[in-house]
Amino acid sequence: MKILYFAWLREKTGCREEELDLPAAVTTVGELIAWLRQRDAGHAAAFADVKQVRCAVDMEFAPLQASIGQAREIAFFPPVTGG
Amino acid sequence: MLEIRVQSQDFDAGAELAALGADGVGGIASFIGTVRSMPDRPLAALHLEHYPGMTEQAMRGIAEDAMQRWPLLRCTLIHRVGTLLPRANIVFVGAASPHREAALAATGFLIDWLKTRAPFWKREEFCSGDSAWVKPRESDDAFAARWNK
Repeated sequence: MKILYFAWLREKTGCREEELDLPAAVTTVGELIAWLRQRDAGHAAAFADVKQVRCAVDMEFAPLQASIGQAREIAFFPPVTGG
Repeated sequence: MLEIRVQSQDFDAGAELAALGADGVGGIASFIGTVRSMPDRPLAALHLEHYPGMTEQAMRGIAEDAMQRWPLLRCTLIHRVGTLLPRANIVFVGAASPHREAALAATGFLIDWLKTRAPFWKREEFCSGDSAWVKPRESDDAFAARWNK
């Protein structure tokens, strides 16, 4: 599955996007975050405070409990600050 | 009719306002957001990042929502990305309707939702050499929540 990072999540993880094979047990956004956090120190730092992280599943905002099912891409980013 | 653009180059607000004119339009309202630099903490530049694909989709969704809430004949949303200097234009929102009330209200709605529902992120680079990602303002959420009925 394609995982994208924006703004300071991109800086902290050290990557813009990565293609990952997820374990079968990872079925929700929250579970994905818990799994990503264990990958390395950068990911742990990026997801240290989940309240500061927003997610989009296939370009639609998604809460922690959302299913990631057959998603093509999942993005993580801070609360938006455009306008 | 919707006009949605994400671009690095500047926009011509006069030309955008003129393009909102049409038969049946009696009122055109607009909002322009610009790069703010404060005298006590001067800004060297503002960097705007976005999520290509989702950005356009989110902006279109916001504009379509506005068209359903108010009798708009035309609606324009333009957001710049990349590196912008102080006082530069960031965003243009315009709405055209038969009467002013809808155009004014829709413009407020469009910018409130654009600020809270479209995937853009700002990083401020200060003249002092440091830089920081802009934190969302709670008041932005409060403004956006006004339209949740």
